[in-house]
Amino acid sequence: MYEELILTVLMTSVPLVYAAIGELVVERSGVLNLGVEGMMLMGAVAAFGVAMVSGSLFLGVLAGALAGMLTASLFGILVLGFATNQVATGLALTIFGTGLSGLVGAPLIGKAIEGLPQISLPVLSDLPVVGKLVFSHDLVAYGSVVVVVAVAYFLKRTRAGLVLRAIGDNHDSAHALGYPVLGVRFAAVLFGGMMAGIGGAYLPLMLTPHWAEGMTAGRGWIALALVVFASWMPWRVLVGALIFGGITIMQLAGQAEGWTIPSQFLSMLPYLATIIVLVLISGNREFALANSPACLGRAFHAGK
Amino acid sequence: MTGSQRPDETSPGTTLLAATGICKHFGDFTANDDVGFEIEAGEIHALLGENGAGKSTFVKMVYGLLQPDSGQIIWRGEPVTIRSPQHARELGIGMVFQHFSLFQALTVAENIALALPPGESLEDLSERVRAMSAEYGIGVDPDARIHNLSVGEQQRVEIVRCLLQDPSLLIMDEPTSVLTPQETEQLFDVLRRFSKAGVAILFISHKLEEIRSLTRRATVLRRGRNVGTVESASRSSKQLAEMMVGSSVGDIDGQGAPKSEPDVLFAVGGLDRPPATPFATPLRNLSFVARAGEVLGIAGIAGNGQDELMEALTGEWTGAGQNVITINGRDITRDGPSRRRQHSIGFVPEERNGHAAVPGMSLADNALLTSHSLGEVASRGVIDSDRTRQMAAEIAGAFDVRLPQENPMASALSGGNLQKFVVGREISKQPSLFIVSQPTWGVDVGAALFIRRAMLELAESGSAVVMISQDLEEIFAISHRVAVLHDGQMSEPMVTADTTAETVGLLMGGSVPLKTAGAGDAA
Repeated sequence: MYEELILTVLMTSVPLVYAAIGELVVERSGVLNLGVEGMMLMGAVAAFGVAMVSGSLFLGVLAGALAGMLTASLFGILVLGFATNQVATGLALTIFGTGLSGLVGAPLIGKAIEGLPQISLPVLSDLPVVGKLVFSHDLVAYGSVVVVVAVAYFLKRTRAGLVLRAIGDNHDSAHALGYPVLGVRFAAVLFGGMMAGIGGAYLPLMLTPHWAEGMTAGRGWIALALVVFASWMPWRVLVGALIFGGITIMQLAGQAEGWTIPSQFLSMLPYLATIIVLVLISGNREFALANSPACLGRAFHAGK
Repeated sequence: MTGSQRPDETSPGTTLLAATGICKHFGDFTANDDVGFEIEAGEIHALLGENGAGKSTFVKMVYGLLQPDSGQIIWRGEPVTIRSPQHARELGIGMVFQHFSLFQALTVAENIALALPPGESLEDLSERVRAMSAEYGIGVDPDARIHNLSVGEQQRVEIVRCLLQDPSLLIMDEPTSVLTPQETEQLFDVLRRFSKAGVAILFISHKLEEIRSLTRRATVLRRGRNVGTVESASRSSKQLAEMMVGSSVGDIDGQGAPKSEPDVLFAVGGLDRPPATPFATPLRNLSFVARAGEVLGIAGIAGNGQDELMEALTGEWTGAGQNVITINGRDITRDGPSRRRQHSIGFVPEERNGHAAVPGMSLADNALLTSHSLGEVASRGVIDSDRTRQMAAEIAGAFDVRLPQENPMASALSGGNLQKFVVGREISKQPSLFIVSQPTWGVDVGAALFIRRAMLELAESGSAVVMISQDLEEIFAISHRVAVLHDGQMSEPMVTADTTAETVGLLMGGSVPLKTAGAGDAA
């Protein structure tokens, strides 16, 4: 029973890890994209549709990634090309993604994908306990850990990562040094869209094998909160996703067990935790300056 | 620089950079007018001038941030067009800005890496930074994060960053304006070593003593024109000040003792203000009085505490304590701007757009903004639009504000016209105290004359005028007494007729210690 529960928690946290690590890169470059929920939904509907037609999980995930990127590119063009307000544009993107995915996905409701092979590791997954918990997942789940490691390495150890962090910290100085502020940010926004798309694709392909309108159910917002919770550090995204995923499952498990705590309180927990982290961050100057991107949400105008 | 000599390095004594006939206009404002300049390899050369004399404009053209309208820049004997800062760096020109362009969240080594071509690992770079730091006694730790460093340390990071690019000319824009005297001495030691190693340094400043002790030659700019290039050490500070401010500042028309009884109307006693930001100047024990019927000029170079003082006087900052600022004996230290206006004080801050006036609002609405607390134009919270329009029209008529249309937006007015409007808006209320900062900054000569005359008339009618200005000509033209603000401290006011522009200029440059008012007071 507990084995099952832990397994569910792990699986629930996978889409959060993808969406949050993508948004983390976007925010580290100084852009705030509140459209994660919309991008995830676009990724989910595209992935489900393609997987159903083609019968290929791989193609489904690929379609999810592309759909996320495409949605993000819209955001990038508006926010970076036309210097629109990032908060308003991000909110609009969520509304847009919710609506469009509902429209496109209408014929898919009630359909199920059958006979999709789970890609899992042979031998290892047959080990007792550990085998089931650690080695019985699909490749997409392992991919989330790989992406976090790669992003951590990219930000900390590579020059491109350094440039991205510099642009998020002070875009005017970065521009003065000759770095392409808007280009780097656009690339970051596309990466964020791709990750949100993959996170979205995970829902109808792995978690629940069907499509439902608005099936992300606020996971995009939790991913956004998770970035702050992780204080813009890749490793903490992984830990935070497990905690937030665990809280989500606790809600369901609690209902099944007949807990008397209203589930609404449990739904609040991720956001409460984020608020507490925000308060802790703002109370610690050293921490705030070291991690939060100083240019977050500020439009960049070249030549000013 | 050891081991990093360029193969084409020019030997000391040859001209490294020469500029001739440089002109630069911004709209109808001429920032540089036929400026000529020369610097030799390994020379420390000062560029001297008051704020607004065109120093920054000139060096921005040398560094590729601006393009000259006409004129020629010759680098190592070849005419060049410096297209961009990157191009300038490729040529071997580096610049350290007055306000730094460092990334606060990154480490010293990361900051430096961003300015260098890729390919070097952070570890190797850190090693080089340590080596250079030791060689020149700079004291920079490559692993420190910028936001943990003092301003002086941050400046050294900027310098190291420039030097690792191996420049033959290093431009420093007022590098000492943010440093303590000790840090300044350290900086000079470092610069002298660079000079010995063959790096030419263009040192921008208005601090005369520094220039005399550090530089070999000085080029003086005044109002965008080159007044001359002199051997720094051969001139006294006084002579340099004379060149900087011009000797034609003695024409005084409106002064003499005030005609009315010199009652103390407004008093500031022991005003202290800690710096609000790392770039702010702390105010230290400022004391002065303004008497009815006089214009008190507060001279000083921008950045010596003018903004901080103005905010304290207008009530935008009210943290000075108790009984520090009084009018007619009443304590107004803790009153905000509206309350102070009710004590018949009028203010005009330095920045017209966005501070003195709201650019996106009509003149009538702008007139309302400083009148509402007096109850003239609104009753029970409802604006009397006819009255505000009429008031704006009256101000425009009385102060010669030329309107492009009826009741235009403030942003539609030219600088001079808008300045006449915001000054007129206050003066037309006949305040018993009028406080203004840089009243004729960036306005045309006609408007400046008009504004100065209006302020004099207000004083003659028995009000007190406190005018913060860095324009010495203006100070000497209309103020009865003048005090100098330098580094957050204020000199004892002097009667303008008994002093000279040179004396005031020396105080402004900091080469003569201020005799501060109230220094011996028990308070």
